[in-house]
Amino acid sequence: MDYTNDPVCTVPLALIVNMPELKENPFCGRIVESFSEDGMGNLSFNEFVDMFSVLSEMAPRELKAIYAFKIYDFNVDNYLCKEDLEKTLNRLTKEELTPEEVQLVCEKAIEEADLDGDSKLSYADFENMITRAPDFLSTFHIRI
Amino acid sequence: MPRKRDTASNDDVDIEIDIESSDSDDGATQRRTNRRQGAGRGGAKGRGRGKKPASEEEDEDDEDEAPRGRRGANKKKPTKKRGGGDDDDDDSEDEAPKRKRTGAAKKKRGGKAQDSDEEDSDVGKGKKGKKGVGKKGGKEEEDSKGKKGDAKGKDKGKDKGKDKGKDKGKDKDNDKDKKKKKKKDDSSSDSNSDSEEEESMSEGEMARLMEEVEEKKKLIATIRNKPWRMKRRLVHLKEAQEFVDKFEGALGKGKGRKWYAYKVMMKKKWIKFQRDFENFRTACIPWERKIKEVESHFGSSVASYFIFLRWMYGMNLVLFGFTFGLVVIPEVLMGLPYGSIARKTVPRADQDTAQDYSVLMDFNGYCKYSVLFYGYYNNQRTIGLLKFRLPLSYLMVGIGTFGYSLMVVIRTMAKNADVGGGDGDEGEFTFAWKMFTSWDYLIGNSETADNKYASITTSFKESIVDEQENQKDENIHLRRFLRVLANVMITCSLGGSGYLIYFVVKRSQEFANRDDLGWYEKNELEIIMSLLGLVCPPLFETIAELEDYHPRIALKWQLGRIFALFLGNLYTFLFALFDEVNTKLEEEESIKNATIWAMKEYYANYTRTFNDSDSTPPPMPPADIIRGPCWETGVGVEFVKLTVSDIQVSYLTILIGDFARAVIVRFLNYCWCWDLEAGFPSYGEFDISGNVLGLVFNQGMIWMGAFYAPGLVGINVLRLLSSMYYQCWAVMATNVPHERVFKASKSNNFYMGLLLLILFLSLLPVVYTIMTLPPSFDCGPFSGKQKMFDVIMETIDLDLPAFLGTLFSYAANPGLIIPAVLLMVLAIYYLNSVSEAYQNANMELKKKMQMARDEEKNRRNNTDSTNQVMKDLEDLLPNRSLMPAAPPPDPGKKPEQDPRQTKTKPGSAGRGVNLQRDVALASPNPNARGPVSQPPGPRGAGPMPGPGPGRGRGRGRGPPPR
Repeated sequence: MDYTNDPVCTVPLALIVNMPELKENPFCGRIVESFSEDGMGNLSFNEFVDMFSVLSEMAPRELKAIYAFKIYDFNVDNYLCKEDLEKTLNRLTKEELTPEEVQLVCEKAIEEADLDGDSKLSYADFENMITRAPDFLSTFHIRI
Repeated sequence: MPRKRDTASNDDVDIEIDIESSDSDDGATQRRTNRRQGAGRGGAKGRGRGKKPASEEEDEDDEDEAPRGRRGANKKKPTKKRGGGDDDDDDSEDEAPKRKRTGAAKKKRGGKAQDSDEEDSDVGKGKKGKKGVGKKGGKEEEDSKGKKGDAKGKDKGKDKGKDKGKDKGKDKDNDKDKKKKKKKDDSSSDSNSDSEEEESMSEGEMARLMEEVEEKKKLIATIRNKPWRMKRRLVHLKEAQEFVDKFEGALGKGKGRKWYAYKVMMKKKWIKFQRDFENFRTACIPWERKIKEVESHFGSSVASYFIFLRWMYGMNLVLFGFTFGLVVIPEVLMGLPYGSIARKTVPRADQDTAQDYSVLMDFNGYCKYSVLFYGYYNNQRTIGLLKFRLPLSYLMVGIGTFGYSLMVVIRTMAKNADVGGGDGDEGEFTFAWKMFTSWDYLIGNSETADNKYASITTSFKESIVDEQENQKDENIHLRRFLRVLANVMITCSLGGSGYLIYFVVKRSQEFANRDDLGWYEKNELEIIMSLLGLVCPPLFETIAELEDYHPRIALKWQLGRIFALFLGNLYTFLFALFDEVNTKLEEEESIKNATIWAMKEYYANYTRTFNDSDSTPPPMPPADIIRGPCWETGVGVEFVKLTVSDIQVSYLTILIGDFARAVIVRFLNYCWCWDLEAGFPSYGEFDISGNVLGLVFNQGMIWMGAFYAPGLVGINVLRLLSSMYYQCWAVMATNVPHERVFKASKSNNFYMGLLLLILFLSLLPVVYTIMTLPPSFDCGPFSGKQKMFDVIMETIDLDLPAFLGTLFSYAANPGLIIPAVLLMVLAIYYLNSVSEAYQNANMELKKKMQMARDEEKNRRNNTDSTNQVMKDLEDLLPNRSLMPAAPPPDPGKKPEQDPRQTKTKPGSAGRGVNLQRDVALASPNPNARGPVSQPPGPRGAGPMPGPGPGRGRGRGRGPPPR
């Protein structure tokens, strides 16, 4: 790598995902992708720092909420639609649930949190939901 | 964000150095430090830094060489500066590093040309403004702001300069000299003007500056809350910090940074300490990991049993502490040793067999005459050097056991009711919360991760079961009919088994008087009881299928029914026991006389044999003394035997019923005609109701028996401890999760309720015996007394001052007791009504919350506004996805936000704060936020970027389809 001519180097997704802090996380790929500027998961130093700054204990709830939203937004359209939720759920349960159960859970989740009735979760919906979650702050952080 | 803070503090230091050096040293040094610093940090920052000297120069130029064209000056200056930055401490110029740097900078700029230009210009402007003010007072600021365009131009110039490379070097040398000179002048004039400037600043300007500084400080404090990319944050942070640095001094404000840094550090330390302490506390909870593991695979319902078991263990440990600390150990240490008196010696008739294994296993022989049982204790009023009042202590511990248990059970129930409240419904976002917050990002261990996956899956399944239960639309009449039918059937079978027990007990009393009995007649009662215990629970379970309750409710019903059945068990046991006690009491009367007679005879014999009435005869060997049946020890032995056999049975059941079954199913499956695992025998499920009831009844035995056998508590502690490990292993190794994994109610108050009931039931016989039956005359701490509680009277009379005795006698007066009881009844009534009122208020509040939520939903549907968070979010989208959709997002966005950050004074900081507050209060009402968060000026200027279409589509659709 030519650091001298090109100090703006990036670390590829595959390397970062293998960090012990992220290795076991079902969303590790999404985390890295949502912090990378190119959306492919290549992180420059600044973005890397950014990632751990947001995931640190000190980061405020609303900041975490924004990035959590981005992480769960698999298809990067700024809405959590049903496919996003299905992917989330399948990653959380290692696809142990039957398709009907997945359907039920996703429908229920959207029904619970969707405030504007467009059957997908906008950021406002998500934020409203996540700011009331008791465990969000305690689970959405990484210690390094 | 500790790292950020660190860089910030570094900045401070650097900047301070900068100032010093600029005062003392020449300008080149300053520039160099700046440059290096910038290089050390990110590219953006570097650029921002690098620009500063340039703009500074520009100002100088304006002052010094007015006639010179500004454009030209710009062009030259960047090169100059670069030279200053690159050259090392000696002034000799090195070309290579310079080129490298410029090349890098260019590449970066090439990537996001427009964006960086914008930023740079802003930065330049901001810095320029500051510098200007620093030198010439507030007025200059306006001027420098106007120079934004120039800064841009300068950037271009820089680019060109980079391309040139070598020529620049020469240029640079010249420039540098020039610059040095200039700087020298500047620095000298700077130091002078600094003092002048303060005087010259007018009040209004001061106020404005102060406001601005405050604003910047706020920005610094909240910058980590902004959802910006790091690059942008760094730019803003640096800018704000420089500004603050510049003017805090000018305004005569203390730096206070060290204090702030100290505070931040302490805060971090405190957080860390709290975290560690929390970890420590969690580590101190025994078996937490074991239970979590079970919970993750079998659901919270099975885990609730283990939690109950752990709670029970804790309570028993305290009871054990009391009993052993205050009764058993003092007796062992200070009491008379074994064999000293009759009650502590095995009778001569039993001595041959006293050590046989079978005898010991029945708790006869040496066991019976040991410290484990009531009869071993002596009735000496005080023992040992400490004058320990053992009989009193014995009675107090016996009563205190019940007192403590009652207190703990009731307190736990109250606490659980406080925590749990309703069953299962935890509000509006069950699934959404589960989905988005259940993964713990801290998990870094693959085993933990596997457990977590399992537990998340389980908890989803639990919620799905709940949900399906809610959604089930059913034929309500059929359901009701079936439920009534099921209850009738169960009542019938309960009544039948109750009658059967009664009948068998009657028969056994008849049998007791006959001795021509076969094996069956002798053991009829036990056989019937265990048959009932074997047949009824599965029967109830089958009948409960009719009812089709939610599994959680079904479990409660099942528990209640089996509990009723087992009460019969208890009844027969107690009945038999009281029978025994009564016969022993009768027996005792006759033996008492016999002992006295025997004693007299012994002495008479002695006198006669040795024929000297003067010398006192040697005491009778204790093993030979005729003794009473000591009904207390008898009762104690019964309880201990029962407990031990219960332990054996339950452990064997697990070993055979679960483990052997699992082994057979697992290995015979290879050579069997049907699928054993999926088909008939299958693996066992964990029997929650049976285990819980076993535990509860066992505890009842302990409570009843502890008074007569202090060692029982120790046995029980061992049992609970071993069964924790044993059952944890068994459930993980041999059982499969329930078909419908269901969530236990948060409070296991139902278990506690059962426990409380058992506690009362076991309290009654013990208190009855203490209060009414006379203690044995020759064994136990109360021997020789009319009633056991006479010990208390004795203590009051002998050990306490006289007035206390009279006080107690007054307190025992019915005239006082009846009003006290009345008062308590009144208090209960009052508290009851208060709690009802609270419940109503709670319901009202819940309704209101629901209404508020609906209202908010409606209002949201009708609003169409873009708030800042949405825009920031949009901004954070990866460029890849943004590029095709909205090609010029950056130029539109940056000028729109950045000027506001730097220019509009009340707006920017205020916005940051407002935004934060809104989010924190979780009332994201776009309407309310609108007027505050959007300063009218700058927003209108820029073209509406990305968020427009997407959000508009979502928001502006009008009422929801529902």
